[in-house]
Amino acid sequence: MKMNLRKTHPLIKIFNNSLIDLPTPSSISSLWNFGSLLGLCLTLQILTGIFLAMHYCPNIELAFNSVAHICRNVNYGWLIRTLHANGASFFFICLYIHIGRGLYYSSYNLKETWMIGVTIFFLVMATAFLGYVLPWGQMSFWGATVITNLVSAIPYLGTSIVQWIWGGFAVDNATLTRFFAFHFLLPFIITAFVIIHLLFLHQTGSNNPLGTMKNIDKIPFHPYFTYKDILGMLIMLFLLTFLTLYSPYFLGDPDNFTPANPLVTPAHIKPEWYFLFAYAILRSIPNKLGGVIALVLSIAILYIMPFTNKKKFNSTQFYPINKLLFWSMFTTILLLTWIGARPVEDPYIFIGQLLTVIYFMYYIINPMIHKMWDNLIF
Amino acid sequence: MAASADVLALAKIEINLNEIPEGKSVSFKWRGKPLFVRHRTKEEIDVAKAVPLNSLRDPEPDEARCQKPEFLVVIGVCTHLGCIPIADAGDYGPGGYYCPCHGSHYDAAGRIRRGPAPTNLEVPEYTFLNDNTIIVG
Repeated sequence: MKMNLRKTHPLIKIFNNSLIDLPTPSSISSLWNFGSLLGLCLTLQILTGIFLAMHYCPNIELAFNSVAHICRNVNYGWLIRTLHANGASFFFICLYIHIGRGLYYSSYNLKETWMIGVTIFFLVMATAFLGYVLPWGQMSFWGATVITNLVSAIPYLGTSIVQWIWGGFAVDNATLTRFFAFHFLLPFIITAFVIIHLLFLHQTGSNNPLGTMKNIDKIPFHPYFTYKDILGMLIMLFLLTFLTLYSPYFLGDPDNFTPANPLVTPAHIKPEWYFLFAYAILRSIPNKLGGVIALVLSIAILYIMPFTNKKKFNSTQFYPINKLLFWSMFTTILLLTWIGARPVEDPYIFIGQLLTVIYFMYYIINPMIHKMWDNLIF
Repeated sequence: MAASADVLALAKIEINLNEIPEGKSVSFKWRGKPLFVRHRTKEEIDVAKAVPLNSLRDPEPDEARCQKPEFLVVIGVCTHLGCIPIADAGDYGPGGYYCPCHGSHYDAAGRIRRGPAPTNLEVPEYTFLNDNTIIVG
């Protein structure tokens, strides 16, 4: 009997098992679209990034002007550059929704997939930070200075490590060159991690809104979810194109249109919007090492989710109080984002500290309420 | 990845103190960072000397930070996360410094008085060649 090639060919069957015959829960909602959207974002960033790298000059004397050159002289350079810059924002929008969905529906119970996912999150943050330095504007320079200085909080070795990262006594040409090298390299490492992320996911199959882990009610990935994913991609591409063509610098900072000046810090420095919540947490702690630890913990705390949240139902929708907590957490992150963009003065300092406490309390209270609710019901 | 020879070669700077008017802080670029040299007034010196050491986070007497009391020489980099403080600003004047990034306040001796910065502004190695000239580095 002749076997179907897509099921037998050693290479094609990998794609078949991931994109065509993959058994997928029929109940997954649009929130499950964001994984494929993240794949699209990564592809888009790599492609636009490669074209930008063909014209960009990683040298402090040339970098700022080379970005202007890309926007003014290179064929469709303005489009590629703004797609790349706004693509980063869309990447983070999709990432946050993807992680939020994982938290709400307890996708962290797929331990290996979740752990790799959080690592990817760290890598994407690092890549975005490195990329923001490259235009060598004021915000690029001071962002690089503040973030690399976080390492100086390490006792005894901090200053030496920071100077090693800089390749000098301050953020300078050596720093820009290596940041460009790493910004080019990291997306390919992320791609490798994404493949591992999917590899683990396909061992267990996707989570679903009902939280049932049995192989019941599953349908093939194609055509149902290929079409659904393509629709999601078209919507995202429309929104990205709309933002890029209508208001390309809406999410940027005007200070980054001024070339980097190592002798003057802008009066209100702040990172891009997607780092503001973490930046607000950093600023809320009136101690250098404490602030840095809180900043790292604000993301690293996601690693503990599979170990602290043991419960009878998978999905938060069956835990009314946790539902409330989840949306309080969502609001807290929005407010932290707002605080991160405010100057360091009262009442913003106090509000930031209060929100930081609420942020971390979520990770402590949430599993306790799960347990209490389980005890009430069972 | 450590500093290359050309970076290390530019590690010294000579400064003519006559060019700095009394009561002013002037920035020089040194090792890619700003170096603040402040010509302090008598009032600034008196206020800095009068600060009780036990009220400081990083206790250092004014005498230990200035080879000559009229001139304060510090690296103009906030010890919190590396921003450049603004001269003649903050709550610890006259002649104080304020970091706009995360709100650290320094006094006229560059000592941390409030905010997240853990230590005083760093005093670099410098020597007086004569009464009006110093070499930093």
